[in-house]
Amino acid sequence: MSNAASTRADHEIIINAVPQGARVLDVGCGDGLLLHRLKQERNAVVRGMELSQAGVNACVAKGLSVVQGDADLDLALYPDDSFDIVVLSRTIQATRKPEMVLKQMHRIGAKAVVSLPNFGFWQVRLSLLLNGRMPVTQGLPDSWHETENLHLCTLLDFDDLAKQSGFDLESVTRIAAGKASAPSRATSSLLNWLSEEAVFVLKRAGMTAR
Amino acid sequence: MTSALQILRLDIGLPLDSGAIFSPLEIGYETWGELNADKSNAVLICHALTGDQFVASPNPVTGQPAWWANLVGPGQIIDTNRYFVICSNVLGGCMGTSGPASIGPDGQPYGLSFPVITIADMVRAQAALIDHLGIQRLFAVIGGSMGGMQVLEWIASRPDRVGAAMPIASAARHSAQNIAFHEVGRQAVMADPEWQGGAYQIKGTKPVKGLSVARMAAHITYLSDAALHRKFGRRLQDRNEVAFGFDADFQIESYLRYQGSRFVDRFDANSYLYITRAMDYFDLAAGFNGRLSDAFTAFKGRVCVVSFSSDWHYPPADSRHITRAMIGAGVEVSAFEVETDKGHDAFLLDEPQFHEAMAGFLAASAADQGL
Repeated sequence: MSNAASTRADHEIIINAVPQGARVLDVGCGDGLLLHRLKQERNAVVRGMELSQAGVNACVAKGLSVVQGDADLDLALYPDDSFDIVVLSRTIQATRKPEMVLKQMHRIGAKAVVSLPNFGFWQVRLSLLLNGRMPVTQGLPDSWHETENLHLCTLLDFDDLAKQSGFDLESVTRIAAGKASAPSRATSSLLNWLSEEAVFVLKRAGMTAR
Repeated sequence: MTSALQILRLDIGLPLDSGAIFSPLEIGYETWGELNADKSNAVLICHALTGDQFVASPNPVTGQPAWWANLVGPGQIIDTNRYFVICSNVLGGCMGTSGPASIGPDGQPYGLSFPVITIADMVRAQAALIDHLGIQRLFAVIGGSMGGMQVLEWIASRPDRVGAAMPIASAARHSAQNIAFHEVGRQAVMADPEWQGGAYQIKGTKPVKGLSVARMAAHITYLSDAALHRKFGRRLQDRNEVAFGFDADFQIESYLRYQGSRFVDRFDANSYLYITRAMDYFDLAAGFNGRLSDAFTAFKGRVCVVSFSSDWHYPPADSRHITRAMIGAGVEVSAFEVETDKGHDAFLLDEPQFHEAMAGFLAASAADQGL
């Protein structure tokens, strides 16, 4: 495990957003790759929640503190302000109630980091325009009837929902072809065209950046 | 009979939940490995209802093999080269620790004059042993089934004395169904005329039939329907067709009778009554105004809650109840559900997923605690 480096571009950005020693909850932590790196590289105090029992079991066997849970239902269990950062990587589009999930994250942690596939990416738009079929791309690899994604959105859509849920945008980072660009302070129409995936760093509205 | 057992005699008065003060206290216990210089490597293992302190070596009284030989020993997951492992017979038991079969101060066996005890009382007795060994803080407390209840009681009542806790196939309270099964067992014992109102030792009898039936009923709860089906199905015992009688026609009948008959040789009937009662009384939240989370808020160590998918005796839902309360209390908790069809007994069996989880949890806890 210790040698298995994560190559996910969103992970790099998330790790950079986490200060040393921060308390981090990763919602939808999969097999714990990100948690493991946060622990190693940021000396973070990490916890995870994962829907699949196989993922939970893999995490626990690695010595990570992870529980089985559903982001839609079980975030309500966590006390207010119990984490510095709540991470939701490539998960929000698979939740049943994204707004509720964001509001819970807002309650639990001072900051939220959310990565998501962007349905506004030019390839996605072009694919739909030219083929007239639901796009299947590197970032959205499953066909419409097989995907676990319930709530696909564009970068601009998510920006709206985050603000509606009480967050200020600290930064948004574009990822395309597996490469991250420099973080931006705000979303834009251009960024929406060019991002295959985006990582939002959000803080509670009215709070100054730490 | 008790000469092969290591027994600690303490002249303290142990205050019990019932209000009684119990004295003198005897504790049958075993240890493996060496306690390190700063006494930080002790692991307490808590045994289940009919278990004993012989977790890592054979019981010299019954001749039974170590009950967790696949997990505890040199080079094993609970490595006795690394950890100082302690396991004691529970209060109310019959393997060296004071129980209803012990001889009381009047020179007679206690029988039913033994005070009714609780899980918290068992933990008080264990804490007295840990004090005696000079250990302030246990590296880990681990236990399955009733042992898991003791683990939970430890972190609720002595949060600063435990570093890591692993309740396995357990519950924070006994369900109505579990109380019901225990009541069937107790009634079977008490319905046996040889029980003699609990005074069978003095009268020179032994309620073997009642205790055996109690064990048979309990044994069913330890196995899953799928495991029973796989092991026995409807297969007949040493015959090709049913005998139109009440002998053990089916293999499952024969198996249960065998389990019952073996049990009475090693277990005391009154102990069975007292310990099942202690489990029935267990409701950890009750001592915290009904809020289970409040039982865990003071605990700053790590917990790994383990359950088994086909365990209907202490089902995964019971474990999830514990986990959720711990999340609410801000405890560092992992929850691990093992996919298996072996039922409650799976915690004693070779379950690679479970063993991986325990290894990962202990390694991480040891790193946390600088071991």
